[in-house]
Amino acid sequence: MKVRFWGTRGSLPVSLGGAALRAKLVRSLLAADGRRFADAADAEAWLATQPFGLTQTYGGNSSCVEIERRAPDPAGGNDYLLCDMGSGLRPFGNAVMARHGPQRPNHFHIFLSHLHWDHIMGLPFFTPAYIAGNRLSIYSAHAEAEQALRLQQSPPCFPVPFEALGARIEFIQLEPGRTVTAAGCQVSAKRQLHGGDSYGYRFEAEGRSLVYSTDSEHRLEQAGEAEDFAAFFRAADLVVFDAMYSLADAVSVKQDWGHSSNVVGVELCRLAGARRLALFHHEPIFSDERIAEVEADARRLERITREDGPALEVFAAYDGLEVEL
Amino acid sequence: MDLHATYRDGVLLLQPQGRINHLNAEAFEAALAARQAAQAGRLLIDLSQLEYISSAGLRILMLLSKQIVSAGGRLATAAPTPVVREILEISRFNLIFKIHPTVDAAIAAFAAVG
Repeated sequence: MKVRFWGTRGSLPVSLGGAALRAKLVRSLLAADGRRFADAADAEAWLATQPFGLTQTYGGNSSCVEIERRAPDPAGGNDYLLCDMGSGLRPFGNAVMARHGPQRPNHFHIFLSHLHWDHIMGLPFFTPAYIAGNRLSIYSAHAEAEQALRLQQSPPCFPVPFEALGARIEFIQLEPGRTVTAAGCQVSAKRQLHGGDSYGYRFEAEGRSLVYSTDSEHRLEQAGEAEDFAAFFRAADLVVFDAMYSLADAVSVKQDWGHSSNVVGVELCRLAGARRLALFHHEPIFSDERIAEVEADARRLERITREDGPALEVFAAYDGLEVEL
Repeated sequence: MDLHATYRDGVLLLQPQGRINHLNAEAFEAALAARQAAQAGRLLIDLSQLEYISSAGLRILMLLSKQIVSAGGRLATAAPTPVVREILEISRFNLIFKIHPTVDAAIAAFAAVG
């Protein structure tokens, strides 16, 4: 099982911006300190030795994560499995088009955490949805899923109506606690604390497990909360976790905003015995350097809380990241 | 987890001991309530005997701080152990709570402000 991150930014897509790009260039040139590069490969090799935040960017598309059970067949007829349809769905769709061209029928299984705009805004720009022969199965625990998707493709919000989508689109109503099978994975849902509710998903196949838990606020001092989520995360190979705010912000000025922190992510994964933690749904105002700090802080906490237990691998997800489970 | 309480120079001085996590956070909250911490005009948390505090404990301290500040009072912390200091930094609580190096320094700071 492979996990591919197409959109990792929270709330709102962002771009690096010219000033930030130029600052990276200046710092890179200073770090190179007059070094000469024989060719592009030499330059790439040197860049690989530099901090991620200096030479790359975490990226700016909103939530979209692909779960790949086996490499897709370019001839088509594939089952694709996705979490959320943020703006990251657009580059995913472009990659699918580049792989298959327009004529190949594929089946997209999409699990929606909730219906807030940053998690559905990619659908109107998802080219495969406009192609007859493709099929979209949209799984949601929110009864209003179809209404929300039709609404965002209605005047005056968007010029192309939902009816223009040529793919066959079906909606599957989920219930927490009831497992469904999609694209060969067993999937269970858990309700989470967020405005209008959100749902986390646990995917299991071939002895591997992935938890996708974004847009979820936690109050671990309340009886049962920590145990409930630890059970949902239990021994997961990877937990994709909403680490949008610092803990201090999440429990003070941004209390009740429905998001969590790197600290709570480490704590829950420790309790659950999870193997890897992907910090996700990055705060849109955070620079690459700030996200790198969030990652470094989470790793510090992981060391503090490790004791005699196994290490928890912690990293900040970025657009384009692939993780083999 | 134990919570010792004394008064010093008009400051309620609370000293939690041991570890605070999700398992005993509610007991910690009850212990704070029993000592009427939220009603203290000046509250100092002595962290010198605290081995570890999780997000659950920090959230309770934040709720307590909100109550005290909204009533016109003040809360500060002092003398964290190295591990707790690191947790305060990681969680960014060091940007919200005043952390004094020693209890004496904290008491002096309360006195200086009046």
